[in-house]
Amino acid sequence: MNWILALPELVLALSGLAILGIGVLPKRNTHFACAMAAVGAFLLAAALAIGAPEGSAFGGQIVSDAFTRFAKVLILIGAAAGVVLSLDYNAREGLDRFEYPVLLVFATLGMLVMVSANDLMSLYIGLELLSLSLYVVAAFNRDDERSAEAGLKYFVLGALASGLLLYGSSLTYGFTGTTNFDRIADALSDPSKASSGLVVGMVFVIVGLAFKVSAVPFHMWTPDVYEGAPTPVTAFFAAAPKVAAIGLFARVLGGPFGDLAGQWQQVIVLISLLSMVLGAFAAIGQSNIKRLMAYSSIGHVGYALVGLAAASEAGMRGLLVYMAIYLLMNLGAFAVLVAMRRQGRAVERVEDLAGLARTDLSMAVWMAIFMFSMAGIPPLAGFFGKMFVFKAAIDAGLWTLAIVGVLSSVVSAFYYLRIVKVMFFDEPAGALDPRPASVSFVMAASGVFTTLFFLYPAPLVAAAQAAVAALLG
Amino acid sequence: MTQPLLADYFPILVFLGIAGGIAIAMVGGAYLAARQKPYAEKLSTYECGFAPFEDTRHRFDVRFYLVAILFIIFDLEVAFLFPWAIALGDIGWLGFGSMMGFLFVLTVGFVYEWRKGALDWE
Amino acid sequence: MIAALSFYAFAAILIASAVMVVTSRNPVHSVLFLILAFFNAAGLFLIAGAEFLAMILVIVYVGAVAVLFLFVVMMLDIDFAQLREGFQRYAPIGAVIGAILLIELFMVLATWRFAPEAATLRLNPMPSGVTNAEALGRILYTDNVFLFQACGLVLLVAMIGAIVLTLRERPGTRRQSIAEQVARAGTVSVRSVPLGAGLKEIGIARPPSPEEEEPKQVEHHHGHGGHH
Repeated sequence: MNWILALPELVLALSGLAILGIGVLPKRNTHFACAMAAVGAFLLAAALAIGAPEGSAFGGQIVSDAFTRFAKVLILIGAAAGVVLSLDYNAREGLDRFEYPVLLVFATLGMLVMVSANDLMSLYIGLELLSLSLYVVAAFNRDDERSAEAGLKYFVLGALASGLLLYGSSLTYGFTGTTNFDRIADALSDPSKASSGLVVGMVFVIVGLAFKVSAVPFHMWTPDVYEGAPTPVTAFFAAAPKVAAIGLFARVLGGPFGDLAGQWQQVIVLISLLSMVLGAFAAIGQSNIKRLMAYSSIGHVGYALVGLAAASEAGMRGLLVYMAIYLLMNLGAFAVLVAMRRQGRAVERVEDLAGLARTDLSMAVWMAIFMFSMAGIPPLAGFFGKMFVFKAAIDAGLWTLAIVGVLSSVVSAFYYLRIVKVMFFDEPAGALDPRPASVSFVMAASGVFTTLFFLYPAPLVAAAQAAVAALLG
Repeated sequence: MTQPLLADYFPILVFLGIAGGIAIAMVGGAYLAARQKPYAEKLSTYECGFAPFEDTRHRFDVRFYLVAILFIIFDLEVAFLFPWAIALGDIGWLGFGSMMGFLFVLTVGFVYEWRKGALDWE
Repeated sequence: MIAALSFYAFAAILIASAVMVVTSRNPVHSVLFLILAFFNAAGLFLIAGAEFLAMILVIVYVGAVAVLFLFVVMMLDIDFAQLREGFQRYAPIGAVIGAILLIELFMVLATWRFAPEAATLRLNPMPSGVTNAEALGRILYTDNVFLFQACGLVLLVAMIGAIVLTLRERPGTRRQSIAEQVARAGTVSVRSVPLGAGLKEIGIARPPSPEEEEPKQVEHHHGHGGHH
């Protein structure tokens, strides 16, 4: 028993219980205190994750290495920012119940378990802990029909995905005789021995994970859930869980199924291709900005999966760098969405941003930076993410993928730039309400990272490199 | 392996057979022995002598659902206790502690439930 | 022989009742067929030697989950007959998908073989000489302690989720306040009363609280209470 390796998880679990306790015992509203405690727990867990020793624990069910360190820190940053973004919004919308931070703590715990999983069972339990919490927070505004619908839709499709994942896991267990990632990899070390049953199992696992990262053709839930859920919840969905699920994808395909790369590569190429194209074209006609961001995130998952499809060390590194950049710039963009509020009511149409440059210049500039970065315009961070994955794809000989990727970035630039145009050149639609400091903080931090990443990319790239070495090692 | 296990369940099979036999005998006996003259009035809902006002199948309050789901959660918790109780002699302090941790988590949940008033009926 | 016979009996009834779950017109009947399906699945587990799972299936699924399903079915205000028209319409597509899955299943079965290492890698499902539940208990709480605790947290999240989504503070309803009831002093007491003496004779005065005087009108939604 090597408890010390699970210290970040342990700390989060205990603080989740403690926050539940301090939330429910006093008679007054404890939302703010609980949210602050949750942020504190995330930061503490991140510090512990950075300092975590390496090794595997609990009979190989979880591992701790450079990859888990990288993914955990990203996830915890995303989760902490998600809580900070929700503070003001929830208070104004009457959602300031202390269960919200508690559920986010447990969701984050699930993500940590997911990325440190080294066994199909811990993978599944982590995923369920995450999903179950997310179903509830998606429907958190339960008196709003759209929020309830989002929760229900997410739940039904998520349950289906979990079922597929379990079915795939059980086939894998049946054909290899183990659920442990290392031993699955041992059993598959000779690819000729991989029976078709095992490949079917692996494909089911991929489908289950593709649902969770919302890659086409398993993306159907994403636009409705992103639109219906309260905006801070959408911000949370688009950030940390995406990183965790993509990290899990990399872990599962790079680790236990690493020797079947020839088999899964075609699947990943296909879903990556479809996601990029759909993300680029479907977002064009959207007028609801949350829905637009949903399609945008589908597209980004497609770009990230290009790195995975390359099935090489450079590709995996590109994937991790892409997800890190995606997480940080997305948080900023969603901070703008959370701040969109006019006369006390949350607004979420693209036109509501009209003329923002004249009423709130700094927010308009930040938003423009995020949009340019998402479109992949140098020298902003988003460009480097795309560059890493496309270069890896070209090195791996996946020319089609790289060309389609570049073309769909051009198409998607259309709707990103449309937002910039609406903000700077359209007639003002009336000033937005002054934004709270917490949201401005996330916006500015994310904006500074996105703008200045090109000056000093080395630490992130080095950390991703170390993570990949641990992953494929 | 499976055969002796199934043999252990033979009494249950006998029990099921007897239960089924009695049930069939009761219903069948009543069916055969009693005089039956069905007509529409006999089959209609009896509600203190007046025609029923509404359908019997009206919607249940969501509170029933809450009670049911809380029951399921504790039911599952109890399901985890059975193997623990049987194997407690072999699993040592770690096994004991791990169940205490599990119960602690659910006790926190129980306190939450209680304080929120989910167990109260109005 | 008996095992094979009962396997086919359980399996056949299981499949038949699963079909009935999907096709029966009345949703309550669907749930009842689901319960039958659970029972037969429990029988199959029993034949496979998984006694504990069989019993859990009966206790948890039949005893609790099926009841929950009944509540949910009764909570929904849906014209199920109308809903099923869609079923008829989509039946061909469903049949095609089912057929494809079946073909895939056969394809898998045709190439079914264990990896040579599988026999050595596979954990022994059950050590000999112990019962099913004990074999589970020996590894569940020690080797899998991490997963076990995580399961506890999953249950906790389910609990929080159920309360967050369904519990409402209803204004104007009277809750039971146990603390106040217990703290009531003087009004509730046990005395030795002479036979045939009324309250006035022995000098017990009731406190003039209106809530005490009038017994609360209990509203019945079911039965005949409210209709008279």
